[in-house]
Amino acid sequence: MANFFSDNRDLEFTLNNLDLLEAVALRENNYEFAKEFETAPVDYADALDNFNRVLSVVGEICGDNIEPRSRTVDREGPHFADGVVTYHPLTQANLEDLRKADVSGVMLEHRFGGLNFPVSVYTMMTEMVSRADASLQNLFGLQDIAETIAEFGSEEQKQQYLPKFAQGLVDGSMDLTEPDYGSDLQAVKLRAWQDEKTGQWYLNGMKRFITNGCAQVHLVLARSEEGTSDGRGLSMFICEACPQLVVRRIEDKMGIHGVATCELQYNDVPAQLCGKRRLGLIRYVMSLMNGARVAISAQAVGIAEAAYRAARQYAAEREQFKKSIDKFPAIYDMLAGMKAKLTAARTLLYETTRAVDLRTVYTHLAEEPNATAEVKNMAKYYNKLAAILTPMCKAMATESANQIAYDTIQIHGGTGFMRDFNAERFYRDARITNIYEGTTQLQVVAAIGGVMQRDADKRLEEMFAIEFEGESARLAEIVKGLYAKQLEAVKFVADRKDVAYHDLHARDLVEMETYVFVGMLMLRDAQKCEDRFVLAERYILDSQAEFAKRYAKVMSGDLTVIDHHRDVIDY
Amino acid sequence: MSYTVLVFVKQVPDTQNITGDAMKADGTVNRAVLPAIFNPEDLNALEMALQLKDRYGVKVVVATMGLPAAADVLRQAMYRGADEGILLTDRAFAGADTLATSFALSCAAKKVKYDLILCGRQAIDGDTAQVGPQVAEKLELPQIAYAEEIISLGDGKVVARRAIEGGYEVLESPLPAVMTVIDANIPRPMAARRIMKFKRARIKSEIVKEHADANYTDDAAIEAKMAELKDKGLLIQEWTAADVDADLDRIGKAGSPTKVKAIASVVLTASESKQVEATEAGITELIHELIADHTLG
Repeated sequence: MANFFSDNRDLEFTLNNLDLLEAVALRENNYEFAKEFETAPVDYADALDNFNRVLSVVGEICGDNIEPRSRTVDREGPHFADGVVTYHPLTQANLEDLRKADVSGVMLEHRFGGLNFPVSVYTMMTEMVSRADASLQNLFGLQDIAETIAEFGSEEQKQQYLPKFAQGLVDGSMDLTEPDYGSDLQAVKLRAWQDEKTGQWYLNGMKRFITNGCAQVHLVLARSEEGTSDGRGLSMFICEACPQLVVRRIEDKMGIHGVATCELQYNDVPAQLCGKRRLGLIRYVMSLMNGARVAISAQAVGIAEAAYRAARQYAAEREQFKKSIDKFPAIYDMLAGMKAKLTAARTLLYETTRAVDLRTVYTHLAEEPNATAEVKNMAKYYNKLAAILTPMCKAMATESANQIAYDTIQIHGGTGFMRDFNAERFYRDARITNIYEGTTQLQVVAAIGGVMQRDADKRLEEMFAIEFEGESARLAEIVKGLYAKQLEAVKFVADRKDVAYHDLHARDLVEMETYVFVGMLMLRDAQKCEDRFVLAERYILDSQAEFAKRYAKVMSGDLTVIDHHRDVIDY
Repeated sequence: MSYTVLVFVKQVPDTQNITGDAMKADGTVNRAVLPAIFNPEDLNALEMALQLKDRYGVKVVVATMGLPAAADVLRQAMYRGADEGILLTDRAFAGADTLATSFALSCAAKKVKYDLILCGRQAIDGDTAQVGPQVAEKLELPQIAYAEEIISLGDGKVVARRAIEGGYEVLESPLPAVMTVIDANIPRPMAARRIMKFKRARIKSEIVKEHADANYTDDAAIEAKMAELKDKGLLIQEWTAADVDADLDRIGKAGSPTKVKAIASVVLTASESKQVEATEAGITELIHELIADHTLG
C-alpha cells in the first residue's frame, strides 16, 4: 500500500501553499460554473479539497499499480510489427487505471467533461506518474495536445475531439521534429497542400522521434505556404491515424523504454487546419512546447524523487566498516545535496506553473472585448514571467535530475551499475529530459532575453520584501548579495555589445539568475514551514560557490574561448 | 432488462496496521484506534457489480450497517461507480454478531427491489465468512459462495464461476440469488469526476449535524436540504431498525448468541529441525516415523 501523494511531504506542502486563489477563481468563472456543473467547486476550499482527493487517488494508483509494473515495462517495452505499435500489456493496464480514475482531461473545461484543474495540479500528477514510471509520463503528459486544441482550435474541432480526450477514448501526439530539423524547427519541410476544389488539406513528408506517433490524434507542424523557408510559412494541422499515415519504425532507446518513439511517413494524409495559417510555429507550437517543457520538468522532478528515495534507502541499509554508509560524511553530504536540489527543483517548478496558470486565465480575460487595461497588463506581466521561468525551470530541473540520478548510482556503488536495482533505470530515464522539448542549451537561448531584460525582478522584489528574521535574514542577505552581483554581471555583458560573448556566457547568466531566484523561493518556503529552513540553508550555501564560479567567468572578459576554440578542438 | 444488484459492504478497522491497543480487555476489536477502511473483499464484490453495470447497465445499490461514520464507505462506493447508498444505523443494531447482522441485512434487503445480492466473502475484522450465506438463508435464496467471476446474467438467471479446492466450478442459479465474492478481480480506482460530485452525498444524520454545527436547527431547512440532495442523487438513505421492520429481539446484542469467552495469545515457536535424505531409504524412514507419532495413518 503505497501512495505517492500522501508519502511525499514536500508535495503536500506544495499543494497547500500553491497560492492559486486567483487563478482558480478566474478559471472557475468566480465559481459561477458550480451552478451549471455538478463537479465544479463552489469556492477555493472546495477546489483545494478536490485537488487533494484526486491527487490522492492518482498517488495510490502510482504507488500500488504503476510502480510495481515499471521494471517489466522497462525491460520489455512496446512491440512493433507490420506498421503497428502495441504497447506492453502492463503499460496498457497503467493507462486503463488512469482512464478509470477519470484523469484523462485534467485541465479541460467542465463542458467537455474535463476536471478544469489548473496546470499546477496536473503537473503534480505528471510528477507522481514519472516517479512511478518515467516512460508512462510521456503518454499521460500528452494532455497538452488536447489543451492546445482547446486553446487554438475552432469550436467545431473542440466539440469533435475534446470530449473524447476527456474520457480517455483517444490519445494524441505532437509531430514536430523531422529527420533534418530538430532544434531548428523553423526549417520544417513536411508539406501541407490544399485541394483547391474541396478545400481539403493533405500532409506529405516525414517526421522523426515522435513520442507516441502511433496515436489516434496528431497535431502536426507543416509548411502550408509554398516558397517559404522560415517559421512564418508553417501552420498547425490536426490529423487522425489512417492508412496514409505510416509508422515506419520505432526507436531503440537508452531510456523511457515504455513509450514508442516513432518515425512517421505521411502519404497525403487528410488533415484540418488548426487555428490560423502561418501561426503554426510562432504561436501554437511555441505554446505547445512551453506546456511540454513544464511537463518534462515534472518528469525530471519525478525521476529525481524516485532516485533520491532509492539512494536514501540504500545508504541507510548498506553497511560497511560496521555502520550504515549514510553515517559517512562523503555520503551524507551527497544525500543532503541531492535533497536540496530536489526540493529546489520542485519549488521552481510550481512557481513556474503558478505563473503559467495566471498567464492562462489573464490571457483569456484580456481577449474579451471589454477587457480593462489592468487585465491586459496582468496578461502581459504573467506572459513574460512564464516565458522566463519555463525555460529556466526546464534547464534547472532536468540538469538536477541528471545529477541526482548520477549520484544515486554512485551511492549504490557497484550494485547501482547492475540491472538488478532501479538506479540505472533512473539514470537512463533522466538522460533524455535535458534533451527533448529543447535541449538545455536551447532553454538558455529562450531564457537569456528575460534575464537581460530583468523580467523576473518584480517577483524577486516581492520576495526580497518579506521580513526575514534571525538566520533566515542572514541567508536573505547572502542572496541579495548575489542579486547585486547578478545585476552587475548582466550590465557588464550588455555593455560589451558583443554577441559572441553574450552567447558564450548566456548559460552562466541564466544559471546565476536561477540561484538567486530559487534561493529566494527556498527562503520564502522556509518562512511558511520552519522545518524547511535547513533545506534553504543548504541550497543557498551550496549556491554561493556555484554562483561565484560563474560570476568570475562572466566578469573575466576573457576572449580566449572565442579566439582559440578552433585550434583547441582541432589539435 | 434492468436488473438491480445490491451489494452489502462493511467498514472495518484496518487490521493490516495493527498497533498495541488494537484489542480491548474483553477481547473484542478496539475500533476507535484503528483507521476505518472499506473491507477489501467487499471492494471485490463492488467491482463485480460495477462490471455488470458496464456490461448490462444494471443499477448498483450499496448498503451497509454501522455507525453514521460508515456513510464514508458508501460514498467511496459511489466514487467508484455505485448508483445509490443505504446506511442501516440504529443503536438497536449495535453489538451484533453474524446472526444478528445477517438478520438485519435481510430485513433491509426486503425493502429494496433487487435481483442479485453480492457480498465480500468475509471481513478482515472477524474473518467468519458467515454473513453472506446467512443472508441467503434468511431470504431463502440460492447462494454461490467464493464466486470469482460472473459469466453471464440474463433471462432470470446468473451463471458464475466459483473457486473450489484445486479448481473451480461453474454454476447456474435462478435470480434472485446471493453470491459471496473472493479476491479475484482488481477493484477499479475512484473516479475523479464522481469524487467531485458524490463527495457532497449525505445521510440525514450528517445534514442534521452540519446544521447544528452552524447553530441552526430548523426542521424545514433540513427537509429542504434533503429534498435538494435527493434531486441530485446525492441523498444516501438512512434506515433505522423500525424502518426495516426488524424484530428487536433478533438484532443487535439482544439477537446475538455469540459471546467471547476467552482470548489467548498463541505464540508459535520453532523447535529443532531434522534433515531427511532425499533417497528412497530416507523417505521410507520419515514415513515410518510419521506413522509412529500418528501424524499419518
